[in-house]
Amino acid sequence: MDDILEILESNARISFEDLKKLTGKSIKEIEKAVKSYEKKGIIVKYKAIINKTKLKNEQNVVALIEVRIAPQKDVGFDLIAERIYRFPEVKNCYLLSGTYDLLLEVSGKDIQTVAGFVSEKLAPLSSVKATATHFMLKKYKEDGIILTKKDKNQRLPITY
Amino acid sequence: MIAKHIKKVSPSGIREFFDLVLGMPEVISLGVGEPDFITPWRIREKAITALEEGLTSYTSNSGLLSLRQGISEFLNSKYSLNYKPENEILITTGVSEGLDLALRAIVEPKDVVLVISPHYVAYPALAQIAGAKVQYLITDEKSDFKIDLKQLKNALSVKPKAIILNNPSNPTGVHYSGSELAKIWRLIALSGALVISDEVYDELTYDFKHVPFTALDKKAKRKTILLNGFSKGYAMTGFRVGYVCADKEIISAMTKIHSFSMMCVPIVSQVAAIEALRAQREVADMRSQYKRRRDFVVKELNRLGFYTPKPQGAFYCFPSLKKFHVNCLDFAKKLLFQEKVAVVPGKAFGDEFDTHIRISYANTLDNLKEAIIRIERFIKALK
Repeated sequence: MDDILEILESNARISFEDLKKLTGKSIKEIEKAVKSYEKKGIIVKYKAIINKTKLKNEQNVVALIEVRIAPQKDVGFDLIAERIYRFPEVKNCYLLSGTYDLLLEVSGKDIQTVAGFVSEKLAPLSSVKATATHFMLKKYKEDGIILTKKDKNQRLPITY
Repeated sequence: MIAKHIKKVSPSGIREFFDLVLGMPEVISLGVGEPDFITPWRIREKAITALEEGLTSYTSNSGLLSLRQGISEFLNSKYSLNYKPENEILITTGVSEGLDLALRAIVEPKDVVLVISPHYVAYPALAQIAGAKVQYLITDEKSDFKIDLKQLKNALSVKPKAIILNNPSNPTGVHYSGSELAKIWRLIALSGALVISDEVYDELTYDFKHVPFTALDKKAKRKTILLNGFSKGYAMTGFRVGYVCADKEIISAMTKIHSFSMMCVPIVSQVAAIEALRAQREVADMRSQYKRRRDFVVKELNRLGFYTPKPQGAFYCFPSLKKFHVNCLDFAKKLLFQEKVAVVPGKAFGDEFDTHIRISYANTLDNLKEAIIRIERFIKALK
């Protein structure tokens, strides 16, 4: 992966000025590269990773839902997947090999909201054969970042 | 009460400064001689498993055979070196112990040991403790702190018993290429001196492939004690695992001392080191981060007016303060008090380096960026 992408992946808020210092490229070159990555859809979005469990007044329930579907002739899974992933409640959607076909990550403000999505929107679809909903109890790690515990670095501030 | 030759070993003149840093909270420290990374998880996990399995005993004095075999295979595949795990490799408690053993095994009273300066603090100290007389070969920034061959030839005329090389180097980050080493070796070979080659930073080189001193030719291998370890490249300083590769006669003498004074390296650390040899992806990842930090820090320091040769290895650079007309200790103290940034005064690495500081870029980019902002503000106020 190119230097610029590598740095942005770990810190999307870095300024072009700092990127210049870190990569040795000119600001113009960086701007051009970033624009091109955005245009090509290589950089999809810039966002913050928020540990919602630390927000006291924020209620948020997340569920992973396994979905078995009956693929349609000619279009395979893609069309049905699209019917499903277009619902705004669906945060992530993957097609998998194995005992079920789609894995969804769905979130809502409480259990009823998520349950309502499954029973009213997802399960009634004619191509959906079965669903299994797993409510998430605790997030330990997200996007490669450990949320629950930090490594302690005990090094002395000055050594030879 | 204390033995004379120990009394003679001068305590570091900057101990007091170190105490100041240790007593000050929330300092951004560019003074740390170890990685800022925590040991990669796969290595830590292996150490936990070793404890769970009840591995709590001594090992053979030489170290676990499986670790010596691992090191032998690793050096062979990486550098085409051939060391027999049975009698040419010794596992030591960090490179520090390896250096101590090497000197004690070969030095007799009044022998001269040649140290290249600026030097890592332990080199002259351990040589003196072993009874040697230390002679320095001073390098300077005109040659980007690389050994001048004429000077080396002169220094070798006193027939030193050994010369200690550090490649890549702490504190300068100098990294010698194979052809530079070959020229150095040609002179040393003529003198008959032994070489103690400390290559603990060999995993952290950024611009060209590292060549171990013992890979130069057969004679170099026979006359060189190669010191290395897991502390720096694998971020395992606290595990204390180093190794020595040398001729079996030297290894046997060093093992004799080691068997009485240390017995063996802690077994959990040795098991972790075996796993470390498989963690090459993690090492490469850390290396690429150090490289980026080096490029940033060295460029910025030069921009601010500190003449800083570009280091090609380790995680240090050795900027000059000449432009600011201030000695290293004053500079370091004021920078610490005014801006809460810690650096190591150059004097720690040789009396001649009173107008230098050592900066370690083993720190996060955010900290390095903030440190540069503070240093810039500090030197503006100096003028």
